[in-house]
Amino acid sequence: MFGQSIWKEDKGVTCLHAQNHQIVVHVDGSAFGYLDATSFGGLPRDSGGRWLMSFYREAKITDNLKVELLANLNGLKFSPQNTNATNLTFESWFNRICSFGFRSLSFATRVSLSLFQWRLVSPDGHVVVACFSLPRDLSSPSRVLLGYYLLPHSPNSLTQRKAASSAAIMLHNKSFVKKTKGGKVMKQVREHYLRDDIYCGAPFCTVCDSSSARLSASPSTILVVDTNVVLNQIDLLENPAIDDVVVLSIVLEEVKNKNMSVYNRMRSICSNSMRRFFVFSNEYHRDTYVKEMSGETKNDRNDRAIRVATQWYQNHLGGAVKVLLITNDKENKRKASEEGIFAETVESYVKSLDRPDLLDLLVRPASEDVDMEEVEDLRPSKRKVIYSEHKPMSEVTSGLHRGIYHQGKLRVNRYNPFEAYVGSESIGDEIIIYGRSNMNRAFDGDIVAIELLPQEQWQEVSSLSIAGEDDEDEGDGVHLAPNSADNASRTIPQLGSSGQVNAVSSRPSGRIVGIIKRNWHSYCGSLEPMPLPAGSGGIAHALFVSKDRRIPKIRIQTRQLENLSDKRIIVAVDSWDRQSRYPSGHYVRTIGEIGDRETETEVVLIENDINTRPFSSQVLACLPPLPWSVSSEDLSNPIRQDLRRLRVFSVDPPGCKDIDDALHCHTLPNGNFEVGVHIADVTNFVHPDTPLDDEAAQRGTSVYLVERRIDMLPKPLTEDICSLRSDVERLAFSVIWEMTPEADIISTRYTKTVIKSSAALSYVEAQARMDDSRLMDPITADLRNMNSLAKKMRLRRIERGALTLASAEVKFQIDTETHDPLDIGMYQIREANQMVEEFMLAANVSVAQQILKSFPLCSLLRRHPTPTREMLEPLLRTAAAVGLHLDVTSSKALADSLDHAVGDDPYFNKLIRILATRCMTQAVYFCSGDLSPPEYHHYGLAAPLYTHFTSPIRRYADVIVHRLLAASLGISKLPSVFQDRLQLTSVADNLNYRHRNAQYAGRASVELHTLIYFRKRPTDTEGRIVKIRSNGFFVFVPKYGIEGPVYLTKAEKGSGEWYVDEQQQKIKKIDGSLSYSVLQTVQIHMEVVEPQPNRPKLQLTLI
Amino acid sequence: MEYVSPEGLRLDGRRPMEMRQIRAEIGAVSKADGSAIFEMGNTKVIAAVYGPREVQNKSQQINSHALVRCEYSMANFSTGDRMRKSKGDRRSTEISLVIRQTMEACIMTHLLPRSQIDIYVQVLQADGGTRSACINAATLALADAGIPMRDLVTSCSAGYLNSTPLLDLNYVEDSAGGPDVTLGILPKLDKVTLLQMDSKLPIDILENVMQLAIEGCKAIANYIREILLENTKQLEYRRGV
Repeated sequence: MFGQSIWKEDKGVTCLHAQNHQIVVHVDGSAFGYLDATSFGGLPRDSGGRWLMSFYREAKITDNLKVELLANLNGLKFSPQNTNATNLTFESWFNRICSFGFRSLSFATRVSLSLFQWRLVSPDGHVVVACFSLPRDLSSPSRVLLGYYLLPHSPNSLTQRKAASSAAIMLHNKSFVKKTKGGKVMKQVREHYLRDDIYCGAPFCTVCDSSSARLSASPSTILVVDTNVVLNQIDLLENPAIDDVVVLSIVLEEVKNKNMSVYNRMRSICSNSMRRFFVFSNEYHRDTYVKEMSGETKNDRNDRAIRVATQWYQNHLGGAVKVLLITNDKENKRKASEEGIFAETVESYVKSLDRPDLLDLLVRPASEDVDMEEVEDLRPSKRKVIYSEHKPMSEVTSGLHRGIYHQGKLRVNRYNPFEAYVGSESIGDEIIIYGRSNMNRAFDGDIVAIELLPQEQWQEVSSLSIAGEDDEDEGDGVHLAPNSADNASRTIPQLGSSGQVNAVSSRPSGRIVGIIKRNWHSYCGSLEPMPLPAGSGGIAHALFVSKDRRIPKIRIQTRQLENLSDKRIIVAVDSWDRQSRYPSGHYVRTIGEIGDRETETEVVLIENDINTRPFSSQVLACLPPLPWSVSSEDLSNPIRQDLRRLRVFSVDPPGCKDIDDALHCHTLPNGNFEVGVHIADVTNFVHPDTPLDDEAAQRGTSVYLVERRIDMLPKPLTEDICSLRSDVERLAFSVIWEMTPEADIISTRYTKTVIKSSAALSYVEAQARMDDSRLMDPITADLRNMNSLAKKMRLRRIERGALTLASAEVKFQIDTETHDPLDIGMYQIREANQMVEEFMLAANVSVAQQILKSFPLCSLLRRHPTPTREMLEPLLRTAAAVGLHLDVTSSKALADSLDHAVGDDPYFNKLIRILATRCMTQAVYFCSGDLSPPEYHHYGLAAPLYTHFTSPIRRYADVIVHRLLAASLGISKLPSVFQDRLQLTSVADNLNYRHRNAQYAGRASVELHTLIYFRKRPTDTEGRIVKIRSNGFFVFVPKYGIEGPVYLTKAEKGSGEWYVDEQQQKIKKIDGSLSYSVLQTVQIHMEVVEPQPNRPKLQLTLI
Repeated sequence: MEYVSPEGLRLDGRRPMEMRQIRAEIGAVSKADGSAIFEMGNTKVIAAVYGPREVQNKSQQINSHALVRCEYSMANFSTGDRMRKSKGDRRSTEISLVIRQTMEACIMTHLLPRSQIDIYVQVLQADGGTRSACINAATLALADAGIPMRDLVTSCSAGYLNSTPLLDLNYVEDSAGGPDVTLGILPKLDKVTLLQMDSKLPIDILENVMQLAIEGCKAIANYIREILLENTKQLEYRRGV
């Protein structure tokens, strides 16, 4: 390229001659093996052979090769400076044909950068330059170079199938010291390859490969963000207004170590194709990797790496764009400015954008807190320390080691935010924490370190702290009656704000001394009403009240108070000082008007982490082409049995579109019955490791709200392809039993089938057919046969000890136009429901046995833990008060005593069952390898094994079970997820989480609609007292399925005139004139009141 | 844990299909008939071959074939914590056997009846993939000793982490607990002489991973051939031909 030619001159000396516009630099160095006699020199000549300059140096190096290299290096340094040359060829002892071309600016900077590095990395690091001067015909000396070398054309050592260009890679060993678990200090050495095939991600860059470019085509500025910006201002970065951001890998690394959730959010921004965020792996780029200097801390080194990378970007992209380093670290900013890098703080950058709404997203630095405090609390001497200091991490760890502190996850009582629990493994019990000051700024879900209080304080503290927080408590609102212990309040909630204390507290209580891991995220709620500040449009300080009562109020700053005051908004928490009563946070976004049904529904969905986004195009691409019908291939498939001629029908709630189960029953010649349960063959369409499957696994379950349904699978699958509608051929996965008329199962068969349902009945229709004795058609006959079988199966199940539990489910009638509720009533359960349920249970149990037999370690099962005596305590107390003895020694005993609990009115038994249901936890999914077989037990169903198989359209667990069953029959392969127990466990955990959230959301939706319903209709109705408290009682209204407090005294006054009889569960007036006891019927008035504007709540009062 | 970043870089900066730096040197032990040092990144092994020579223990002599013996050991200083390992522990015995069988498959033992070939391999520095490095070193040493072989045996490992097939696992990736496929092939003959895997892997993924390992083996074979050529040239030069 540079046209070198070797001329042979007279005396037999070969010498390199420069051609036009070229300069040849002759260099040489020599060492004699001792320090003083080492020197090198050189002289550049132009094409005419003229000496342009010369240089000479002495060096304290004893190695010939290194001296030669040093000569080259100095040649490189001096020649361009003094000769203005752009085209240099070097000649020295070992590199006869080594050339340098300063082709472009970028190449020139690269060289100078290396020189810069050489100076930094000396004394041994100077060989970096060898990378550029290593000649092609010299292979062995490269080994001398102490670990830095350029691969001399090394396609052989790399399999480069994809990359067209062979990447030059430098090898370098990173060594660090690490402390092992055993406490030994060990030196670790890791390889670290530096590459030159990492691209800058700008599409306009001429040097880099732009196929993976993410930044926009002509940005005005490119932002490089510092770690502290990502950690603190993630909400700002998530806003689409911020774009063209380069995220360095070192920044991601630091973020990952500090806060995993921010890291995940950052990663999802970077992978979002709509956003222009580019991840630059600066740690592996050979020009931006920096080595830790002696005496430099890790943090300083990383800051320097960020600056070096920013500088590289500026040089690399030239003057076309401005590269701006965004950092809130003062020191880093100062150094950056010194090095000639543009740097700004987040605040000044956002201000320069001129977008006031973005300013609200900013997290304030802690120093501004002072004046906020003054604005808000006008009372004097407010700047005092409210909370005790968190212990430093080292102290916490050593405390945990020595057993002084206990570690656990904080769970705040849903019904009383001043009470929290920490399940501690170290003492094997739950520790109760009373009051905000003992909770010491911890949030629900935080991992905390607790110190136990002395035993005599276990009592005292609780009364003190609750009384102290009087001004904050708002009292319990009216809620939907809970239907399991998971969503009932954990202990007895304190009614209203009376200072009374529970009489018994044998459980240890403690206080939080340190927070090991924060669980801060964003919360839904609204601003506490406050007068607009004088100059509207200016900055206002407001208090945010979360909808989730477990979260304390959050202080925020906003410039749009006027807009936000009647809106539901999302707010994120930033910090919580010792001096401030409330944490401070910042506004994230607005959802909509308070009280609006759609807004409130969205709040419910957001609070329960339910994904309502439409399915992405990748997911929809996985669907079979529509219109879909059973193909001849399906019919000819040997694994699929053709049952189209069989009389199959389905029984579902009215209006059900996602029909995932159908049944058949016919008499066999030997007098036995063949009963089949046919379940939609969802796994025929949802294949493992497709986007569709991933999405379904993530969603976990369909969510049923009062007026809408959020599907787990896209609509075509849910309502058409998989739905076992009548008169169409559908694919199914069937469980077929042969049963005696006594409902004993003789044989079980599992197979994939094709069915054609002959009728899609509703429960009401099915019931009507069975009851109408005139009807004799085949379907009705089948229904009757099945019903009699189901009754026998049910009886047998109850004999085994299955509990008939009850919950107060309500049903709304919704106006089709306005979607407002028209009527509510209890959900009625008919025989037909029970019949279908019975066969589904049986199918689930059979499938559970089959899959566990084939895959004892990786089956997905469902278990229901046996409730502890402590959990049943409230039930026993209530029962004892009405003179009822319940035997809770086993599920059988409990079932029997529930059967015998008949009171004087028809509803009594159901009420007791409802109370019993509330004491139990919910059933959970688990991976069979994680527990031992006795723990597989399902308490409520009294079944040793249980799983979910029958609703694959709306539950992902069933999809997994379908795959397991198919694999156990040899129909398909077992997907890879089952080979990894940890992964399966995490899938099960996610399913439990989603399932629980779907239930919460469903209940919250019902609560919301109840409120809307009663807004226009104040009602008088009958209620039952379920819990007695010191100043009133909780009333359960069976007709509407709701439960709420009725106050006998005004909240402000004490409970002087009433006293509680714990033993009898009664509340009496001091003079004995009036008394209320548990389970007593009372008449109440229900009305929606608005104690504060825009905060409607349902109030119950005694008539 | 994230072993491959979304940018497609591994923990040490390699891409999934890249090998570590390899380096080989022939003639490390002058007393031996053939010897070599082989490095794959920070894994460094030395191999020495003695033979073909007279069978030391006559009872083991085979009249039709040569007797191949192999001893694998790890230097006490080869891992981070200096540990004294008893000779002949279960792991070394197994690896010795694996190497012996792999090498036996390519040595033309029928040409050397009633003789014995000893292969000694020692790990000087361990950073994952010692088995492969040992086999590669042994191949070079055998070639150096001038023992007739059908082909060079080369070996390379591949794994499967974060749903990505990875070539040439280092220690960190190896201890992730994922599948680790060690493959040995005769590159010219396209035959597999060694295939080992810990843990489980679906068959279709195994094929991908194996394919990757095969390519790794072939790249190593090219390098080894170059080294041998270079060595031969130097021998030629020294003889003054």
